[in-house]
Amino acid sequence: MDWRRFGFIAFIIAILFGTVVIVGMSQEPPILIIGSMMATTIAVATPLTLGALSGLFCERSGVVNIGIEGMMLAAAFFGWLASIYMSAIFKFPIAPSLIIGVIAAIVSGGLFALLHAVLSITYKVDQIIGGTVINILAVGVTGFLNRQLFFDKSSVFHGEVPHAAGILPIIHLPVKEGITALCGLFGSSDGCLVTANAIGKIFDQKPIAISAVLLVFISHHILFNTRWGLRTRAVGEYPKAADTVGINVIWMRYSNVVIGGCMAGLAGAYFTLESVPSFEPLMTNGRGFIALAALIFGNWTPIGAWAASLVFGASQALQINLQFFRESIPPEWGFFQNAYNVGQIPYILTMLILTGIIGKTTAPAADGQPYEK
Amino acid sequence: MSDENDTVLKASGITKQFPGVLANDQVDFDLRRGEVHALLGENGAGKSTLMNILYGLYKADAGEILVNGVPMHLSSPKDAIKHGIGMVHQHFMLIPVFSVTENIMLGSETAHRKNKTESVFATLDRKEVAKIVSELSNQFGFQIDPEALVGDLPVGVQQRVEIIKALYRNASILILDEPTAVLTPQEAEDLFRIIHELTLKGVSIIFITHKLKEVLSIADRITVMRAGKVVGSVTPAETDEHQLASMMVGRDVILTVEKTTAQPKEDVLKVENLSVRDQRNLETVRDVSFHVRAGEILGIAGVQGNGQTELAEALTGLRKSESGKIWLSGHDLTGNSPRAFTSSGLAHIPEDRQKHGLVMTYTIADNMILCDYYHPPFSIKGVLQQNALDANARKLIANYDVRTPSPYVDAGKLSGGNQQKVIVARELSREVRLVIANQPTRGLDVGSIEYIHKQIILMRDRGVGVLVISAELDEIMSLSDRIAVMYRGEIVTTVDSSAVTREQLGLWMAGIIPEKV
Amino acid sequence: MEKKDLKEKFKALLVTVGDAVLVPLLAVFTAIIIGGIVIAIVGGDPFAAYKGLFQGAFGSVKALSETGVWATPYIFAGLAVSLAFKGGLFNIGAEGQLALGAVASAWVGYALPQMLGFDLPWFIHLPLAIGAGLLFGFIWGAIPGALKAYTGAHEVINTIMMNYIALNWVSYLLNGPMKDKNPLNVIARTPLIAESARIPPIFAGLRIHWGFVLAIVVAFIVWWVLWKTTFGFEIRTVGINPDAAKYAGINVKRIMTLTLGLSGMLAGLAGTVEVTALNYRHELGFSTGYGFDAIAIALLGKTHPAGVVLAAILFAAMRNGATRMQFLTQIPVDIISVIQALILLFVAADAIVRYIYRIRRSGGKVVLTRGWGG
Repeated sequence: MDWRRFGFIAFIIAILFGTVVIVGMSQEPPILIIGSMMATTIAVATPLTLGALSGLFCERSGVVNIGIEGMMLAAAFFGWLASIYMSAIFKFPIAPSLIIGVIAAIVSGGLFALLHAVLSITYKVDQIIGGTVINILAVGVTGFLNRQLFFDKSSVFHGEVPHAAGILPIIHLPVKEGITALCGLFGSSDGCLVTANAIGKIFDQKPIAISAVLLVFISHHILFNTRWGLRTRAVGEYPKAADTVGINVIWMRYSNVVIGGCMAGLAGAYFTLESVPSFEPLMTNGRGFIALAALIFGNWTPIGAWAASLVFGASQALQINLQFFRESIPPEWGFFQNAYNVGQIPYILTMLILTGIIGKTTAPAADGQPYEK
Repeated sequence: MSDENDTVLKASGITKQFPGVLANDQVDFDLRRGEVHALLGENGAGKSTLMNILYGLYKADAGEILVNGVPMHLSSPKDAIKHGIGMVHQHFMLIPVFSVTENIMLGSETAHRKNKTESVFATLDRKEVAKIVSELSNQFGFQIDPEALVGDLPVGVQQRVEIIKALYRNASILILDEPTAVLTPQEAEDLFRIIHELTLKGVSIIFITHKLKEVLSIADRITVMRAGKVVGSVTPAETDEHQLASMMVGRDVILTVEKTTAQPKEDVLKVENLSVRDQRNLETVRDVSFHVRAGEILGIAGVQGNGQTELAEALTGLRKSESGKIWLSGHDLTGNSPRAFTSSGLAHIPEDRQKHGLVMTYTIADNMILCDYYHPPFSIKGVLQQNALDANARKLIANYDVRTPSPYVDAGKLSGGNQQKVIVARELSREVRLVIANQPTRGLDVGSIEYIHKQIILMRDRGVGVLVISAELDEIMSLSDRIAVMYRGEIVTTVDSSAVTREQLGLWMAGIIPEKV
Repeated sequence: MEKKDLKEKFKALLVTVGDAVLVPLLAVFTAIIIGGIVIAIVGGDPFAAYKGLFQGAFGSVKALSETGVWATPYIFAGLAVSLAFKGGLFNIGAEGQLALGAVASAWVGYALPQMLGFDLPWFIHLPLAIGAGLLFGFIWGAIPGALKAYTGAHEVINTIMMNYIALNWVSYLLNGPMKDKNPLNVIARTPLIAESARIPPIFAGLRIHWGFVLAIVVAFIVWWVLWKTTFGFEIRTVGINPDAAKYAGINVKRIMTLTLGLSGMLAGLAGTVEVTALNYRHELGFSTGYGFDAIAIALLGKTHPAGVVLAAILFAAMRNGATRMQFLTQIPVDIISVIQALILLFVAADAIVRYIYRIRRSGGKVVLTRGWGG
């Protein structure tokens, strides 16, 4: 990951943040706006970060995965289904229902990934087509079950969408309190307290968002400093070479694809168990594909992919935060008043990044190639 | 040296069937402690299959393998490594983006530790392994930086990394698959020295090759394979090149190509100060100037990877040149498209026939119009003319002796020799002024090599200019009228082929610049 | 031609056709059986469901007409994806190309006469409306095509991104500038297009229109271009082996851009025909799912135009019959998506089907797409 790339990322994020700061300055202190933008950015980047990590494990081992979108969608549905099943049918309390939901999401992501592994590793199906099959299957299965279970009177839910167990809560770390206490030492100036408030916001995140950030660094360690990582990368670069030193290429690929699927599953849980307490068909809305672009832009490294995910997160945060300050958008900034325009930013950014004008990236050499002895 | 009781490896009755080919048929092979046992045979004779079986990559259909007298069941290279077998493959099994240390430790990450943990999340100890790598490489006088990325190392050094990789795993039996294919004659000499040192330390070597001269100088024993069977075993003392060649091929082989003296005329290709960059943006062809005349064959000798690929691509329009000029029969074609070159009378037999030369899932008939599909008689007003296409295919199949049941067989289903004949037929049947043949016989059987060499000389005698690029010194020596030697992207010298010896060429290929000839 | 060659050619053809037809048929068969099991699991009667499905699709003249109506955009979109596959490109963006084509045609259909201030004769207005759809579809395909050819940006991600951009824009246009200004209208849709921009139905009283016939004709043209012209030879060569194509003197980048552009054009035509022959306006959401269905149809039809037509009719029959199936058996129409996904699964992983039914592979593997590497 070169500095040019990080520089570009910082530049784009600065522009996106700056826009909101300029628009909202009259109503809130800039530091507070930046704090809440950062908080939103990290939160909404969660499925992208996890999706990119999902792709990372698959592609570092040599399996292209464009089925992340489908894995996320399926996981979002089954995670949600498990949680409301627990709360509505078995009358479980909220917390265990949600935890079971998250586990179910991870497992279903892993199972869809297993199907992808069977298709692409064992049956040597064109991996991009295999991924498309996953995507279409996920849309079909979730759409059908959603209708069958919640709109059909004869189902266990009697044709109604049951009241959801709720969503995962914010895990409050006493960062704000800590800084406020520090401010006390210096006479509790207003600026200091506002800063404490702003920084506190950034750290007020929900469990999946926090685990996504932790997983970025864990993945980095695994990939570059452990036996597993060395072998995974070997299998993705030159599987035959790995085979000749006794590494089981097939097994390494299977495991990594399923691990990747579990990450996509966790990303799916974000949608229905952490973001909103409901499921809608097609709700992942292309995040799986944007995550792939982030992975490519991050040059197939966990930290690079995370940084790229934050850019997309920031552009979404822009859209969300502009809503608050809609009235104060100056008339000459007509572009930003139109939510449709702002909504295009991540997609256009993705295409721009893929052209390689910000620097070419290199995929693992054996990415997408089935292994044949 | 060794005696018969000291057999470390014994394979008997090895049989391996692939779809359509019996690659190994009841093969017996044995290896004694500290000897160099050469396995000689043509491409496709079954040498590599046998070695892949010994190394656990393939499973034999029948047969038995004994290591130090103990029967061995090989289901993966892991088992072979455990029994002290190491292999240096023809295409190195190294990962270019990994460091030397990472490549060597891969698969045996904790082998050096007292606590040989099997945990998959064991942290890598690169420093410790790097130390062992340095020790091993010093023992043999290699100078290898354990931190260097393998992709940045010259092939000769990569080969040494492979040898250390085997020694790190305590190999006492080392299989070398065509180890000299990528080396200069001098580097090969170096390798022979290393092999000798290894045998003194008790390592037994299986040396696979198809080069006759080598086996005579390095081997203690020679086993010859042909069409999946062992033809016989001899010692260098009791044989010579001609006997080995006829054992290999199954008939008497004329080792030199017969040709008359060239009658060169005007220049058809003129290259001035040409520089070319490869895809990594390295300047692999540097300020090269030469010319090819009508009616002569200019051979470009050189070890693989000295810029020949990029030179050929630049001369055929496949790669843009950095600077310099290219004239083809008087036209300045610098920077033009491949189409401009072919329509000015270029025939190109490309280095990689499966990548560039053929569309494997097209029929022979379609492949035979690959460069001419767009003009009459094959295309009239943008519509393909099936009859012209059929007639062309039938004519070329007959004229160029392509062995196929029909013109509608996919090119991918033909043997390598016949695939190359399809390309040769297509390229040489056009109205051409210049033929560029890059590694025209690589990987082919002797029969096809002879045939293609004859066709090339026939073109010369018809007054066409020919540029042959080859890493095979014998091919260059026997075909060329003049020889240019390429080293590190430059042409170090050009000489008349009659005025040069193999030894001289070998020195020049290694970059030892000649004094004025 | 020699007799032996003819025989060889015929034999090769027989093997190819047998291979191309048998496996997809068995894939459909297997998917239908598994679909039946799913129906049974959720408490339905699979036989009744499939009977309803069949009746709904083929049971009456009207049902047949409706199946044809459904099949029309499927044929165009399926051809779009197939053409791209032939050129070695994966077009996941049919959805967006289709929507944009539809909007462009609708605009020419309703707004152009208003802008000009006079009515156009049909022989000018209709070609203009269709041309607009073709043009926008072409542009929307050619952009990712050019990006792939000249920068190496992978078309799979770019066509998807172009999908979202197109759908975002279309949704903006239909909710804003192009919205039907009729005071009673609350739906995001355009006004009706002028009579002069409409493709007529074939029979009075049935919705089946000349667009269906056009689709068959276009399928034939695509086949002819691909296999009988030098341009088609170039597309196929680039698709199978771009290195050899470059060696053969083909301008690979130009062909890639054109191929994805033409693919987008065919998808745009799907949208255009829906507007000019069926709905007479563009309405938000009508095109949901065409993009993925088109991929399934192209793969089921083995990317051959004739196969695409048959696969499109099959998918159309399922979609069309599903409504009656739901009416008769209360099985949600969404089951069709599951069955179609399963069909795609078995077609893509034909090794599974071959394993189940013990069929040997006859030909070599065909490469459809390429990974990020190149």
